[in-house]
Amino acid sequence: MASAFEYAPAPESRSVVDIAPSYGLFIDGEFSEAADGKVFKTVSPSSEEVLSEVAQAGAADVDRAVKAARKAFEKWSALPGSERAKYLFRIARIIQERSRELAVLETLDNGKPIRETRDADLPLVAAHFFYYAGWADKLDHAGFGANPRPLGVAGQVIPWNFPLLMLAWKIAPALATGNTVVLKPAETTPLSALFFADICRQAGLPKGVVNILTGYGDAGAALVAHEDVNKVAFTGSTAVGKAIARQVAGTDKKVTLELGGKGANIVFDDAPIDQAVEGIVTGIFFNQGQVCCAGSRLLVQESVQDELLDALKRRLSTLRLGDPLDKNTDIGAINSAEQLARITALAETGEAEGAERWTAPCELPSAGYWFAPTLFTGVTQAHTIARDEIFGPVLSVLSFRTPDEAVAKANNSQYGLSAGIWTEKGSRILAVANKLRAGVVWANTFNKFDPTSPFGGYKESGFGREGGRHGLEAYLDVR
Amino acid sequence: MSDNRLSVFKTYKLYVGGKFPRSESGRVYEVTDSKGKWLANAPQSSRKDARDAVVAARKAFGGWSGATAYNRGQILYRIAEMLEGRKDQFVREVAEAEGLSKSKAAAVVDAAIDRWVWYAGWTDKIGQVVGGANPVAGPFFNLSTPEPTGVVTVLAPQKSSFLGLVSVVAPVIATGNTAVVVASADSPLPALSLGEVLATSDLPGGVVNILSGRTAEIAAPLASHQDVNAIDLTGADAALAKELETAAADNLKRVLRPQPVDGAADWTADPGTHRLTAFLETKTVWHPTGALGVSGSSY
Repeated sequence: MASAFEYAPAPESRSVVDIAPSYGLFIDGEFSEAADGKVFKTVSPSSEEVLSEVAQAGAADVDRAVKAARKAFEKWSALPGSERAKYLFRIARIIQERSRELAVLETLDNGKPIRETRDADLPLVAAHFFYYAGWADKLDHAGFGANPRPLGVAGQVIPWNFPLLMLAWKIAPALATGNTVVLKPAETTPLSALFFADICRQAGLPKGVVNILTGYGDAGAALVAHEDVNKVAFTGSTAVGKAIARQVAGTDKKVTLELGGKGANIVFDDAPIDQAVEGIVTGIFFNQGQVCCAGSRLLVQESVQDELLDALKRRLSTLRLGDPLDKNTDIGAINSAEQLARITALAETGEAEGAERWTAPCELPSAGYWFAPTLFTGVTQAHTIARDEIFGPVLSVLSFRTPDEAVAKANNSQYGLSAGIWTEKGSRILAVANKLRAGVVWANTFNKFDPTSPFGGYKESGFGREGGRHGLEAYLDVR
Repeated sequence: MSDNRLSVFKTYKLYVGGKFPRSESGRVYEVTDSKGKWLANAPQSSRKDARDAVVAARKAFGGWSGATAYNRGQILYRIAEMLEGRKDQFVREVAEAEGLSKSKAAAVVDAAIDRWVWYAGWTDKIGQVVGGANPVAGPFFNLSTPEPTGVVTVLAPQKSSFLGLVSVVAPVIATGNTAVVVASADSPLPALSLGEVLATSDLPGGVVNILSGRTAEIAAPLASHQDVNAIDLTGADAALAKELETAAADNLKRVLRPQPVDGAADWTADPGTHRLTAFLETKTVWHPTGALGVSGSSY
């Protein structure tokens, strides 16, 4: 589609962030090399430029970090809640102060548009710390009995799709409740967690309360398996989540898992089409679809399918894909070559299995990892692209005739993380929401998040909730 | 009635889908009292019995989870009423099963009846206690509500054959889950008799299914069953619990691990709410609140 006006590039300046050529592991308040001296490079997915070289944690480093966290636990858990609260308030404020720097850093390391890191990730990160800070001295009133106790050392493993936000979801409730943490960020997005280590330093957080281990899956596995870890919190794939559930069987470790999804976004014939189109776009193209709660299955009522798809394709043709630092950019880069290969392979499977592919007309940059917004029509429930999580900007469109059929199709999934409902009829929203087996249901909206709102899945999307009062339970010794 | 009248024995049967079948395997095993005296032959359930029970529990889930909380509370209270009327039978069975004096067994049965009453009152309160509106920073109505997890396998405690059993089953169904219950292996008779009470308490068939037999044999297919959503490991020893938890990871069942107190004979302590919340999911629904302005509501 021809644009009425050409956009001039409006790049956010990189100068607000100073990335060092190398970083160590953050253990017991100090940066240090990995015991075996291993390092790995982190690249910017939009350009493949090497951003920095970071230490690669191994089992010995995991052990050292857990020991540091254990040592710090005694004093940290004994602090009055009001004092722990003030550390968290400090952290929240420093994040707000440094939010532009962190937004640019996150966009560089992750590839997502600056518009998202600036307007979604960073505000939510600060809000999350601010929210849980306030809980630290009010735990007696949280509904878990008088004086609920922390668990001890939390081993936390987070994904690359919202690096700093997932860190906040993990660290803020853990510290508020008096636990100490060892956190492993994803290997493709280690930098914002390392910058967070610096924020801990600025906030004067006692040594060992937060430890950051950059590394690969082996370090995550060693952390989960470490016998002196009391709590395991993981966000990532369902396959790894199941491996963790097996690993902790027979131990006393408390576990929360936030795993995959295949969210159904259900559009009824009386839905406001324009708003629904915006919601569908937000549902599957926010963060390039690399979102566990993405609305990756569009279920549209047959009578409005053609009208909706026409409007959707028109809208997708106006999305701007390119430099994530450009403030006009809607669609950034895919996080890694591996993820791009996975998305590409699943899209090819979609075609091979007989679904019809439509790709938004846009030019892909020559360097970096890119995938144009894509939708498949003629998808049946048996198709791989209707069942497997693609974790990319690929929408599978299915149709339905009756509300019952919509609910049955929406629930026909191993997952149960999110769902969307678009209709003007209030009673239908409530009836359908009631029947959906999903932890988060967005009605006439999608992909909204808030620190006060519990988030987490049914079925194989994991267990436990993050956010809100509910999120405290994961870090308290309540039985 | 003459003293030498021959009494009529009861054939103990399973309770599955509201009916009282024998084990499909045709097997029974000998149940004795604490001194080794023969009491009855109990059905020795097979893997197939376990799978049949899951089918029954799944079939019952929609209706039971969709019933009003008030209705569930009424039915749980009805169970207490029915038990009260058959107290003598349960006192005898508990006394025999656990080697208790008649007065101690009576106290246990009283406590079990009271436990049904306690959970009957919870059905329409737990949602307010653990759910609620969330004050999100934006123009949205945001509400979190607890919902039942689904089909729950319950391994009843091995020692406390009745109060322990009631203490683990009642919280599971109070919130709308349906249950496949594996009774105490050595003392299954109070559990099997409970089935007869449930069947006459307006509890829909399939909401509670009770199996007797060897715990490990029945629990293994339930722990790995893809249509079971959760498992309460109370009646498993440490080695079995680990094995079952590992199998349960296959479809990420919610797992309630055995607690140190579970093995004890005494289940009279305040049960709290953790057995209710262990098998609840939290659903959070968002909707824009819109704005009332000259342009009317907006999304």
